[in-house]
Amino acid sequence: MAETLTRRHHLLGLEGMSTEEITPYLDLAANYALLSRSRTAPRDALRGRTVINMFFEDSTRTRTSFELAGKRLGADVINMTVATSSVNKGETLLDTAATLNAMRCDLLVVRHAASGAPALLAQKVEASVVNAGDGMHEHPTQALLDALTIKRHLGTLNGLTVAICGDVGHSRVARSNIHLLTAMGSKVRLVGPPTLVPAAMASLGSVSIHHDMESGLRDADVVMTLRLQRERMGAGLVPSAREFFRFYGVDSRRLALAKPGALVMHPGPMNRGVEIASDVADSAQSVIQEQVEMGVAVRMAVLDRLSRMRTAS
Amino acid sequence: MTDLVFENVRLIDPVDGHDAPSRLLVREGRLAGRDKPGAEGMPEGAQRIDGKGAVLCPGLVDMRVAIGEPGFEYRETIASCARAAVSGGVTTLAALPNSKPAIDEPALVRLLRGRGEETGLVSILPYGALTKGCKGEEMAELGMLREAGAVAFTDGIHAIADTKRMRLLLAYARGIDALVVQHPEDPSLAKGGAATAGALATRMGLPQIPAAAEAILIARDIRLAEMTGARLHFGHVSTGEGLALIRQAKARGLAITCDTAPPYFALNEEAIGEFRTYAKLSPPLRAEKDRLAVCAALADGTIDAIASDHAPWDADDKRLPFAQASAGGTGLTTLLGVGLSLVQDGVLPLARLIALMSCDPARLLGSEAGTLNEGASADLCLFDPDIDWVVEAGEQPGRAQNTPFDGRRLKGRVLGTWKNGQRVFGGEAA
Repeated sequence: MAETLTRRHHLLGLEGMSTEEITPYLDLAANYALLSRSRTAPRDALRGRTVINMFFEDSTRTRTSFELAGKRLGADVINMTVATSSVNKGETLLDTAATLNAMRCDLLVVRHAASGAPALLAQKVEASVVNAGDGMHEHPTQALLDALTIKRHLGTLNGLTVAICGDVGHSRVARSNIHLLTAMGSKVRLVGPPTLVPAAMASLGSVSIHHDMESGLRDADVVMTLRLQRERMGAGLVPSAREFFRFYGVDSRRLALAKPGALVMHPGPMNRGVEIASDVADSAQSVIQEQVEMGVAVRMAVLDRLSRMRTAS
Repeated sequence: MTDLVFENVRLIDPVDGHDAPSRLLVREGRLAGRDKPGAEGMPEGAQRIDGKGAVLCPGLVDMRVAIGEPGFEYRETIASCARAAVSGGVTTLAALPNSKPAIDEPALVRLLRGRGEETGLVSILPYGALTKGCKGEEMAELGMLREAGAVAFTDGIHAIADTKRMRLLLAYARGIDALVVQHPEDPSLAKGGAATAGALATRMGLPQIPAAAEAILIARDIRLAEMTGARLHFGHVSTGEGLALIRQAKARGLAITCDTAPPYFALNEEAIGEFRTYAKLSPPLRAEKDRLAVCAALADGTIDAIASDHAPWDADDKRLPFAQASAGGTGLTTLLGVGLSLVQDGVLPLARLIALMSCDPARLLGSEAGTLNEGASADLCLFDPDIDWVVEAGEQPGRAQNTPFDGRRLKGRVLGTWKNGQRVFGGEAA
């Protein structure tokens, strides 16, 4: 599937991507991270290009991150937030594609509640499509920014043990991270109750499943927590937020089981006191704010690279 | 009406398993017997049809077809459905009742039968709604619907969710010796699901339906059929576990029957890869082991019929993100061609395959169609089992184009179809 997921220079997912395909994104992003900090980034890499952020689902932080990335490279960036009420109408998505073609947009960033929606759009638009999160399927730029953050602190991904905790089953962040981390040689543990970490998750690659935090976190290099949606309680997947925190929350006692200095990560927005204790989120081990910073750098790298591959073809 | 003599054909009579070069006579639109090739007694003025060695069998009987009319004519009309049917050699089809309105009024049953005759191409055997509006609640007027010509009762694509209600429906149906047809899927396990549970759906991030949703409902309903003594049929069975339960129930002498559809023995879940919505079906395409179990159940007789499970949708119903796209695929045109893969793969002998798509489903529905008996309507299908062709969505007869077999190469193609002795497909069809 890797070939088709990247054909025509889209970034629809990380499934099937090799180390060789992932590394150039990370290297370029590392470079952009340095340049951004020194405020010397060349602001013309995307001059004259149009980037459209099309969000069918609310997400202020991811949209802002892509917007900033595009603007730092000199692109014209337009945000379109599509009312959720019309998402289920169907024509919307393909009609939108026709509209975008007419606007001659170069790069299209798509967030959608349905798995596969960016892939469907990619079939119909002439722009390069970047998946900014589709349903439970993938969120490739999040996994890339997580990888970059880890590399900056630990130097490599190869051989690390990464525990992904919480609502793994519904998480596109988890799926993209599993594909990326296993490709880069990390050992991935999925930690949570069986209702949130179903057995079928084991089929996603060489991952191990843990239903207790103690075995899941022990000697981990990285502890990644995921947001628990309130609706999981209503759907009967977990009884309450406080029970979830009691058994699956990342607190300092559990974090002490991981390697000394293990990184604490969260894709945001956090529910403090549900999946993560406040003191852990704010501790010296937390790299959560840095993840946000690396997000901009990674998105600059993705937009730049796709744009250049477009020009080359 | 011109009399016909089919010559130089490999004649298959699925009722007695006859499979040999023969002549077949048609008089006044009715079958007038078979004899050896080159036999005397050519009726005067009869038209001679040279089959050139192709197979001649009864017109196929498809026991599970959703039409679209009334209510969803933008997907398919009765006329366009009939054109698709005869292109696949189907001359009799049982129409599911979950149209708009649902077929829960005697007048609607008569209307469907009449509209079928009007096409001149096919006979429509209407299913009656099992509950009013196919809503799974109030019992429909089963007796009156039956008097009007309903052949069996079902809510079509919905299972009766409530256990007690299902028990009462079966008990009542038993009283009038009516066949109940159930969509075998636990509704609460299936709700919101788009693909069979497993590695592929997990990777694609699609909401899942466990294969066990089928076995759970089948187990419940077999037990209810046993309690009530009713005749119960499961449509489009797709899992090994569900089939094992049906096999056991049959061994215990219960009046349980079932059918399956070509996607479930010729495709597996991999067909939905890359979010191909034409392969989104209900029940969903399953794992390879389930496909193999369906083949085994066809071979050992657990499965009583093969139906197309034809479900027409418009392109706009399918060009959507996978989870939002409508479930179902067309199947009339490809029923025989895909079915023949079972013969090519050695799963079934040809005469048995034809029986599963003609006289056997007809018998379940109390219809006389699907035989070569003398005096029966001359509904016939002539096909060449060796012609290769490629299924192409967009090029299919009829209005709906949503075939899950798009791009598949099939071996075996219908050359001609006759309804009441009139050629309705192929050659000089009107």
